[in-house]
Amino acid sequence: MSLYDTLRHFADSYALLAMFAAFVVLCAWPFRPGARHRSDEAATMIFKDETDGE
Amino acid sequence: MSMAEKHKKLERNVTLLAVAAFATVAIGGIVEIAPLFWIDNTIEKVEGMRPYTPLEQAGRDIYIREGCYVCHSQMIRPFRDEVERYGHYSLAAESMYDHPFQWGSKRTGPDLARVGARYSDEWHVQHLIDPRSMVRESVMPPYAFLKEKDLEIGDPAATLTALTHVGVPYSDRDIDMAEADLKAQANPDLDADDLAERYPKVQIRDFDGDPKRLTEMDALVAYLQMLGTLVDVEGAAAQEELAAHDVEREARP
Amino acid sequence: MERVLARTGIWFAILLLAFVAAAFARDGGYAIHMGIIAIAALIGLWVTISRQDYGAIARGILRMPADPSRYDDEVIRWGVIATVFWGMAGFLAGLYIALQLAYPVLNLGFEYTTFGRLRPLHTSAVIFAFGGNALIASSFYVVQRTCRARLAFPGLARFVFWGYQLFIVLAATGYLLGITQSREYAEPEWYVDLWLTIVWVAYIAVFVGTIVKRAEPHIYVANWFYLAFMLTIAMLHIVNNLAIPVSLLGTKSYSAFSGVQDALTQWWYGHNAVGFFLTAGFLAMMYYFVPKQAERPVYSYRLSIIHFWSLIFLYIWAGPHHLHYTALPDWAQTLGMVFSVMLWMPSWGGMINGLMTLNGAWDKIRTDPIIRMFVISLAFYGMSTFEGPMMSVKSVNSLSHYTDWTIGHVHSGALGWNGMITFGVIYYLTPRLWNRERLFSLRMVNWHFWLATIGIVFYAASMWVAGVTQGLMWREYGADGYLVNSFAETVAALHPMYLLRAFGGLLYLSGAVVMVVNVWRTIAGHLRDEAPMSDAAYDPAKDRPIVAVPAE
Repeated sequence: MSLYDTLRHFADSYALLAMFAAFVVLCAWPFRPGARHRSDEAATMIFKDETDGE
Repeated sequence: MSMAEKHKKLERNVTLLAVAAFATVAIGGIVEIAPLFWIDNTIEKVEGMRPYTPLEQAGRDIYIREGCYVCHSQMIRPFRDEVERYGHYSLAAESMYDHPFQWGSKRTGPDLARVGARYSDEWHVQHLIDPRSMVRESVMPPYAFLKEKDLEIGDPAATLTALTHVGVPYSDRDIDMAEADLKAQANPDLDADDLAERYPKVQIRDFDGDPKRLTEMDALVAYLQMLGTLVDVEGAAAQEELAAHDVEREARP
Repeated sequence: MERVLARTGIWFAILLLAFVAAAFARDGGYAIHMGIIAIAALIGLWVTISRQDYGAIARGILRMPADPSRYDDEVIRWGVIATVFWGMAGFLAGLYIALQLAYPVLNLGFEYTTFGRLRPLHTSAVIFAFGGNALIASSFYVVQRTCRARLAFPGLARFVFWGYQLFIVLAATGYLLGITQSREYAEPEWYVDLWLTIVWVAYIAVFVGTIVKRAEPHIYVANWFYLAFMLTIAMLHIVNNLAIPVSLLGTKSYSAFSGVQDALTQWWYGHNAVGFFLTAGFLAMMYYFVPKQAERPVYSYRLSIIHFWSLIFLYIWAGPHHLHYTALPDWAQTLGMVFSVMLWMPSWGGMINGLMTLNGAWDKIRTDPIIRMFVISLAFYGMSTFEGPMMSVKSVNSLSHYTDWTIGHVHSGALGWNGMITFGVIYYLTPRLWNRERLFSLRMVNWHFWLATIGIVFYAASMWVAGVTQGLMWREYGADGYLVNSFAETVAALHPMYLLRAFGGLLYLSGAVVMVVNVWRTIAGHLRDEAPMSDAAYDPAKDRPIVAVPAE
C-alpha cells in the first residue's frame, strides 16, 4: 500500500473517530454539571458596571 | 487537576483558545487540498499539452487584467447541453499550466474553454472593438483600446522564468528566445520555424489585421484562438478514464 | 524627542524607498502605486515633524469628544466614519455595474470603466472596505468592553486602521489600472498582499494583547468568534496568495499553483472569506450588540459555544461546492457538498440563538428600529444559510451554477445579513462614541430599514428568477433534439430582471443615504424633533370611568 493509501485509511477510520469524539466532548462540555452558573455569569458579564467609556 | 479546572483554562486562556480554533480550521483544508498535490491521478498527463507561447501568455495576462474571468468561464461541465454548446467537457490536464486558473464562476457571457479556432480573427477583432456590432444582444464592454495600444513587450524572458519557478516546464532555449518568439508569432515575415518546433500547434500570423503593429489586440486574439485547441480531447478523455479505472482497481484490497 | 526622531527616520526611509521603486518601476501601475505609498509616507512625515496637532484639528471638525475616557475609542470613531464612507462607495459602484449589465453603453469606452475592472472594485469595496472597517472598529469596541481593559497597543491600533485604509486605496486603484491576480475576492497583487499581512498581524497583536491584559476572568464568546475570524483569514490570505513575482519592481506575479490545485485553493479561500470574514466576524457582532440593544443576555450561552466549534469546524470544508462537475476529483466535490449541507445546522443554531435573545421582549421589534435591523439581518442570515446548502447539492448546483442565482444568493447574505447588522451596529455605536443623548432620528432608521428591506427583496427575487430562467434556457431542448436557445437569446431574456435588480440596488443605496444623513447629524449633535417611534394611543379626555348619570 502506498503512503497515500495508508494515510487515507487512517483518515477515514481512527482519525475520523477521534475528530468526532473531540467534537462531541466540546459540544457536551457546556452542559456538564455545574456549568450553568458559569455560563450565566459569562452571558450577563456584558451588562455589569455599564459606563461605556465614561 | 480536575477536568473542570482544565476546561476553565481553555475558556480563560487566549493562547489555548487560539491554538484549538486554529487546529479546528486547519484540518479541513489539509484533508481536502493536500492530497491533490500528491495523488498521481488528479491530473493525468495528456498528449498535446504544452506551455503557452510568450505571445499567448501576454494575451492571457491581458485577459486577466481586463477581468474577463468575471463573466466568462473556461470550464465545460460534462452535461449534454454544455458539451453540445461548447464542445467536449474540460479535462484537468488542460489547465495544468494555468497560473492562475481561469475556470471562472459566472457565465454572463459564454464559456471560452474551447473558443479557439471557432471564429475568424476578423470576427474577434470586430467583436472586441464593438461587441454589439456582431452580437446584437451582447452586454459585453467594448475593448477598442486594445487595438490602439502597442503591446508592452517588457521582458518576456523574465515572465517565462517566473513561470518556470512555479513549475511550468519551459526550456532554457524557450527562455532565451522568448522575445524573438513573441515577435515572430505575430509576424509571418519573420522566420518562425524554431518557434513552431518548440510549441506544437502554434498559430503564426498577424491577428489584429494590422501587420505593421504588434498591439494588445494581437496578443489577446492569439490567446483566444488557441484556447482548447491543443489536446485531442476524445483520445485524452478515454486515456483519463482508463487511468482513473486503474487507480480504482489498485485501491481494492 | 527621540521617538519623534525615530518615527521621522522610518517615514523618511519609506518615502525614499517608495520613490526609488517608482523611479525604477517596470510598469506604470507599479509606479503609480509606489507614488501613492510615497504620498502616504510624506503625510506621515509631515504629521510627525510639524508642530500642529492635525489629529486634534480633525477631531474638532468631526466633533469627536477628547479622549482619554475609560476606553480608547478614538480609532473606533474613525472606523465608524470609514465604514459609512466605504459603504457608500461600494453600494454606488454596485448600482453602477448593475446598470452596466442592463445598458452596456455605460461602460463608456474607457479601459478604466469597464465592467471587468469595476466589478472587483465593487466586491472589494463592500466586503473588505465596508465590512472590514466594520469588523475592525466593532472588534476594538467589543474587546475593550468585554475585557474591561483599554486597547493593548494604542499606537499599533492606529497603524492597523490607517494601514488598512492604505490597503483599500492600493487595491481599489489597482483594479482600475488593471492590476489583479484574477483570484476572486483576493485580487490585489503580491506587494499589496504583503502589506495586508503586516497590517493583519498588527491587528491580531492588538486584539490578543487586549485579551491578555483583561480584567475579566472569562473571555466572552464574541471574542472567540473575532479571534477565529482573524486567525483563519490570516491562514487563508497567506496560502491563497502564494505567488512568484516576475520582478520586485513590477506588479505582475504568477500563482504558485495551477489548474485543479489552484482552483481548489482559491475556492477554499473564497468560501471561507464568506465563512470567516462575513460570517464568524459578524456573528461576533451579533453576540455582543444584539444582547446589548435588547438589554437581555444571549438566549443560551452554552448553545453559543457549540455554535462556535461546529461552525468553524464545518465551514472550512465547504469550498469545493464552488467547483461541482468541474475537473476537480469527485471525492472532493462530494466532501464539499456533504459538509455544506451539514453547515446548515450550526448556521441555524446561531440564528435561533440570536433571535431567541429577544424572547420575552418581542415588542421591541415594534418599538426599537435598531432591534428591527438586527432581527431582519438574522432573518436574512437564516434564509441565505438555507439557500446556500441547498445550492451546494450537486443536482441543484448543476442548474444554479454560472447563473445569476448565485449572485442573488450572495446578495441576500451580503445586503441582508452583513449590511443590516452593520447598520444596526453603526446606529448603536454613533451616539455612544460621540457622547450624544440619542441618534439624530429614530424615524430615519425606520426609513432606512424599509428602503433596504424592499431593495433586497427586489434584488434577491429578480436574480433568482434570472438565474433559474437562464439555467433552464441553457439546457432547453426542442422536439427536434436540438438546443432551443442561442447564448445571446438567454442574455436578452435577462434584461428586465437586470432592470429590477438595479431598482432594488437603488432602494438599498437610498436607505444608506438616509443613514449617512442620520449619522452625520448625530455626530454634529443635532436632535430631530420627532414623535417617538411607538406610543400606545392615549387620550386623557377618554381616560376616565364611565360615571352613571342619575336619571332626572
